[in-house]
Amino acid sequence: MRSLWTQLEPLLPKVHKPIQYVGGELNSCVKDWDSADVRWALMYPDAYEVGLPNQGVMILYEVLNEMEGVLAERTYAIWPDLEKLMRENGVPQFTVDGHRSVADFDLLGLSFSTELGYTNMLSALDLAGIPLAAIDRTLDHPIVIAGGHAAFNPEPIADFIDCAVLGDGEEAVIKITKIVKEWKLAGRPGGRDGVLERLAAAGGIYVPRFYDVEYLEDGRIKRVAPNRPNVPFRVNKHTVMDLDEWPYPKQPLVPLAETVHERMSVEIFRGCTRGCRFCQAGMITRPVRERSITGVAAMVEQGLGATGFAEVGLLSLSSADHSEIAEMAKGLADRYEGSNIGLSLPSTRVDAFNIDLANELTRNGRRSGLTFAPEGGSDRMRKVINKMVTEDDLINTVSAAYQNGWRQVKLYFMCGLPTEEDEDVLQIAVLAKRVIDAGRQATGGKDIRCTVSIGGFVPKPHTPFQWASQCDHETVDRRLKLLRAEVQSDRRYSKNIGFRYHDGKPSTIEGLLSRGDRRVGKVILTAWQRGQRFDGWSEHFSYDRWATAAEDVFADSPVSLDWFTTRERLEREVLPWDHLDSGLDKEWLWSDWQESITGGEVDDCRWSPCFDCGVCPSMGTEIQIGPTGKSIPLIPISPLVNT
Amino acid sequence: MEAPHQQEPVVQRLRFRYAKRGRLRFTSHRDFSRAFERALRRAQVPIAYSSGFSPHPRVSYANATPTGVASEAEYLEIALNRVADPELVRAGLDRALPIGLDLIEVVEAKTSDFATRLEASLWQLRLPGVSKAEATSAVAELLAQNEVIVERKTKDGVRKMDARAAICTLFLVPDPADDVAIVGEGVESVILNAVVRNGSPSVRPDDLLAALRVVAGLVPTSPALVTRLAQGSLDASGNVADPFGPERD
Repeated sequence: MRSLWTQLEPLLPKVHKPIQYVGGELNSCVKDWDSADVRWALMYPDAYEVGLPNQGVMILYEVLNEMEGVLAERTYAIWPDLEKLMRENGVPQFTVDGHRSVADFDLLGLSFSTELGYTNMLSALDLAGIPLAAIDRTLDHPIVIAGGHAAFNPEPIADFIDCAVLGDGEEAVIKITKIVKEWKLAGRPGGRDGVLERLAAAGGIYVPRFYDVEYLEDGRIKRVAPNRPNVPFRVNKHTVMDLDEWPYPKQPLVPLAETVHERMSVEIFRGCTRGCRFCQAGMITRPVRERSITGVAAMVEQGLGATGFAEVGLLSLSSADHSEIAEMAKGLADRYEGSNIGLSLPSTRVDAFNIDLANELTRNGRRSGLTFAPEGGSDRMRKVINKMVTEDDLINTVSAAYQNGWRQVKLYFMCGLPTEEDEDVLQIAVLAKRVIDAGRQATGGKDIRCTVSIGGFVPKPHTPFQWASQCDHETVDRRLKLLRAEVQSDRRYSKNIGFRYHDGKPSTIEGLLSRGDRRVGKVILTAWQRGQRFDGWSEHFSYDRWATAAEDVFADSPVSLDWFTTRERLEREVLPWDHLDSGLDKEWLWSDWQESITGGEVDDCRWSPCFDCGVCPSMGTEIQIGPTGKSIPLIPISPLVNT
Repeated sequence: MEAPHQQEPVVQRLRFRYAKRGRLRFTSHRDFSRAFERALRRAQVPIAYSSGFSPHPRVSYANATPTGVASEAEYLEIALNRVADPELVRAGLDRALPIGLDLIEVVEAKTSDFATRLEASLWQLRLPGVSKAEATSAVAELLAQNEVIVERKTKDGVRKMDARAAICTLFLVPDPADDVAIVGEGVESVILNAVVRNGSPSVRPDDLLAALRVVAGLVPTSPALVTRLAQGSLDASGNVADPFGPERD
């Protein structure tokens, strides 16, 4: 397959940050095209700087390229400056590895961490010359597969994808590859539908075209059912058990371009059972599966050697909850003593944080700020969302941090949570002032900072809040304004408290894309045709373009932007994703939703009895946690010195 | 707060010539310096760190080429806290960097005036779609001027500057078979070599191209491919000398 590089190269001096399009990253690979039986293009549908560090794509890229006869290359969203030049010069969407045309691959896998990549998918398909509508594609076009968290409700993009993979991808891509290979070797029996039928029958793979959706007159869904034999009524998610058997990425990609995360990441566990009711990630990735302390240490050692990064991120949904996090942090700090290698826990719960841990994490690196996510402003609000952290817990933790040399604390919140009133949001200002007071008291100094970050809440599928009314953006913006005024009203504090917020409008569109059904596909297409791209970037996002697209598409229909977002759903309503099984029992989700309104709390099933969310029995999985009792041995660091 | 960790003293300094080749010419200087710091760690080079609350590896760079310009003659210096074999360090770092960012040569620093020796650069400009005759007359016309004012877009708007004074020599490379440029393939083009003084305000290859446009309306059909071939002190006949010369004595 010919490289598009010579056509692309003359365009690059004219665009912003050309390095993002050239490939050649450390640990990337270009395999021989002709000796591959199955060829994957993997796309993270956002800019390179966001997409390159994505762990999901990196893992699948390596897993696939390790397979004999299989080739995987990466492609990312192209900024409008290069897109324009490519259209003028007839250069199609390309992979950054071999600069091959995306349309020439057997499969195009897209990883959707959020719904905000949908318009970028359409740009990429169009630039690649692949028909946007899946039903218009022929045997000459790749099979377009969506994965990632947003794939748990792919209905809004059902028209554009051939299938969606639910759950963990490592084993799923191997299974898909084998099916496609066999189908190709057999002479592609049954054409495109033939391979999709094989995929649908394999489990964990959803083929939207094999399901029909019927609607009631009032706009709600009547039923979703398969329209042919051998297609399951419900599609189960896939769960990888024993993370130690999947130590990926082994050779993490190291970009030349600057990206959002300049560090090496090791996933220390997958899943979370803290039960925060807003958190889709925590709900759809159950149960908790820990990587062992020795498995983590081996990955850190190999990854640092392969990349040269100076910081190691110990990733998970709540990293301080690993059963051996203290031993892990101490063992790693000992091993890399004197090397200027820093450790970080990107997400830490207030109640799982302690100073010993924080000191170990910063022993060899830099002591930057501490970040916590109380999410709700008042104790009442935090009970509603099941984030069981009291204001006093937070103040105690923060005081200890200030006493130990930290000077900056960042707090993350959401606005527009179910049952929220103005005073719940205003309580954030009270909390921030108490944080400053605690810092001043602990240090005797005034040089204390607290940054409050707040954005709009979006109810997500497969969570107890999937039935909730999303707060309208006018209310969100009004509360954010009130909060800002309150923070700034007291001059003794206003200089010490930073206030960062995202206005509510993007959350409304995210809400439409999150809980939408197949009818939302036309809105996405229309918004994209009118120029919508890069929805995660405020300079490219246009609420008005989205809102008018929704108005035009839904003009003579019972549904609307409001209908999909601010409308509360009732218990018996068929939800667009009911046939996609994350393992969560819908009755349990409903009862948890009802309990949230009265402030009922649910404990973590790692440390208390099972509360019957339904995942383990229905998916045949179980909680996998330590402690293993093992420790991380010291290794000598061998510098390149004369002896 | 605890006092910052005192870093170990510097015991050796190494100077490198490195290249930015092929598609990696699109690496910006910031991109390169991040990649180089990672390479230092991968190759386990005993790099010295600055003291202070956020220690940085001690690396200094000289005159980086603009993004998109290839180079065979970039220079940097590193400080070590253990004495190391320079050639082993070079080979280790070169292996740790992507192909296309290549460490070509290393010397142990013996002099302190290295930066001042980088007086001028030899640039090679490959101009696609330009004929020999056009190029010859444009070069003659440019050299005949005492001053050629060009405009350069900067963050603060458009800046005007003279691109002529810094040019020492400018000529057509007579036989493209001798051409050592490592960029571009299959495009008919002419090749210019230019020795340009580095000083301030620096005249960059873009300014040179702008000057050819201003005096003779010379515009390549697709972007020029530029390579810095050498940097060093200027001799009497306008040639660029090897800046590592004094280090080797």
